[in-house]
Amino acid sequence: MRGFNFNLWMDGFLCLVVCSGALFAPLLTSLDPVFDANLMNAELPPSAEFWFGTDEQGRDIFTRALYGAQISLTVGIVSQVINSVIGLALGISAAYWSGWWDDLVNGLTNVMLAIPSLIFALAIMAILGPGLPSLLIALGLTNWSWTCRIARSSTLSLKGQGYVQVAQTLGYSDIRIMVTQLLPNMVGPILVISTLGIGAAVLAEAALSFLGLGIRPPFPSWGSMLTNARELIAIAPWATVFPGLAIFITVLGFNLLGDGLRDYLDPHMRTREQ
Amino acid sequence: MTPLLELKGLHVGIPSRRGNMDIVRDVSFSILPGEAFGLVGESGSGKSLTALSLIRLLKKPLSVTGGEILFKDDDLRALSDRAMRGLRGDRIAMIFQEPMTALNPLKTVGRQIAEMFVLHQGKSWAEASELAISALAEVQVPAPEERVRAYPFQMSGSMRQRVMIAIALACDPDLLIADEPTTALDVTVQDEVLKLIAELCRARGTAVLLISHDLGVIANMCQRVGVMYSGRLVEERDTYDVFADPQHPYTRGLLGALPRLGSRHGAAGRQRLVDIDSLITDRDSLLQEFCFEPRHAIRDPRVRAGGAA
Repeated sequence: MRGFNFNLWMDGFLCLVVCSGALFAPLLTSLDPVFDANLMNAELPPSAEFWFGTDEQGRDIFTRALYGAQISLTVGIVSQVINSVIGLALGISAAYWSGWWDDLVNGLTNVMLAIPSLIFALAIMAILGPGLPSLLIALGLTNWSWTCRIARSSTLSLKGQGYVQVAQTLGYSDIRIMVTQLLPNMVGPILVISTLGIGAAVLAEAALSFLGLGIRPPFPSWGSMLTNARELIAIAPWATVFPGLAIFITVLGFNLLGDGLRDYLDPHMRTREQ
Repeated sequence: MTPLLELKGLHVGIPSRRGNMDIVRDVSFSILPGEAFGLVGESGSGKSLTALSLIRLLKKPLSVTGGEILFKDDDLRALSDRAMRGLRGDRIAMIFQEPMTALNPLKTVGRQIAEMFVLHQGKSWAEASELAISALAEVQVPAPEERVRAYPFQMSGSMRQRVMIAIALACDPDLLIADEPTTALDVTVQDEVLKLIAELCRARGTAVLLISHDLGVIANMCQRVGVMYSGRLVEERDTYDVFADPQHPYTRGLLGALPRLGSRHGAAGRQRLVDIDSLITDRDSLLQEFCFEPRHAIRDPRVRAGGAA
């Protein structure tokens, strides 16, 4: 039987906290992240009124962190969905059809793995300009190589399975075999790599925004909040600490969730525990 | 009667610029509608390759290098991929040796049967699910209404093979290719499954191409039998004749290797079963016209002295 998996619940809880913070931001705070600026309140340390303190323009950092979570999670999840779709489509079709298509996809994957994805995303952002849509595109196009690798190797091993060959003799089309026979049987590893990818995308978004290529001020994103706070680090360290902590918790939560899911979905690990 | 399936001089091999390396050579036979045809031969003799070439599912680099495959009025070699896909599972179905891995582990058996009706007959999922229940009942799976919701891992090997038969026969195919359908099953259920295949096919008028190396299975089920050896069809006659009066030395060897009740304690005392010597491994002797000769000759010096068998 599947016992109570403390780690998995713990990781799920972390992710849930961040996600509900993002979803219910308007309920959790009455302030506006951009327009409720009051220079009289600038650079106040954390207090009962401003839980995380205020920044150089007197905006509540707690509020900005909550709204920043919306952007970070949108970027993380949407770009990872794009990555997964690209990676799965290329990986499964390459392994299933093999031949020149496989060589091409393999070559492309290796090129993508060789170029640091952040540098590649930077280049795309430089062409498209800053903003949320270009962030989604840049991060969605640069991180699919691991998914592709895993989809490809899963397909190679599943291809030899009886039911895939039987499906061919029953008149299934190639696409139908890929979608109904191959895809469902690799959900486990793909889910794991996707949760890890969300963490990586959140981090990449923060880095791009920190460099000024992601979300533009005054809109809150953890990365751009860090950029602003950099100059205040000696005067108002809380302005750096809390966005940093938010990034830390989110990335940690998704990475641990990925690990936990892998243990949970891997039948070998499960039997070892018994 | 016009044959349902006709193979004329089928060659299967690896095409290359310096001439084809053929593995199946010049195989010709035909199957009448509703007839059960058996194909026997040792491992590697080309039985399965012949079957796979019928439905055009040979794995690269193998391909059909010559001959004609006629199914009803169609030349299967000339058919478009799309038309061929429509034929597979609908008009020509196949069941395999390994029931344990032949079903998708993540889908209920009912859904896997229903998918055939959706795919080939354009039925809705609701209709198809109803049909799946009756299809499961037909292959004598107990409590089919509940069993349609079972996953393959919840079923035994023989139950899974029954499900495979239900899937294969779902669309009332004209031809069922059964590639060693009972080899992986317990001896006790082999007979049941074979009888089931025979009954269902007889009732529907489905022709069967039964591939096996079990002569007993073939004798039970088939009207005619072809014996394959080293990629050639060396003998093709009525089952009764082959068993009563085998012509080819390999067929004689096969039959001689079959233990019969009481035969080892006959009037002449204890007798050894006949065995067929070592495999041929060298390519040149395979390519000879009478490629059984080297193996046969070792056991029978008369053949070596008197020429080919």
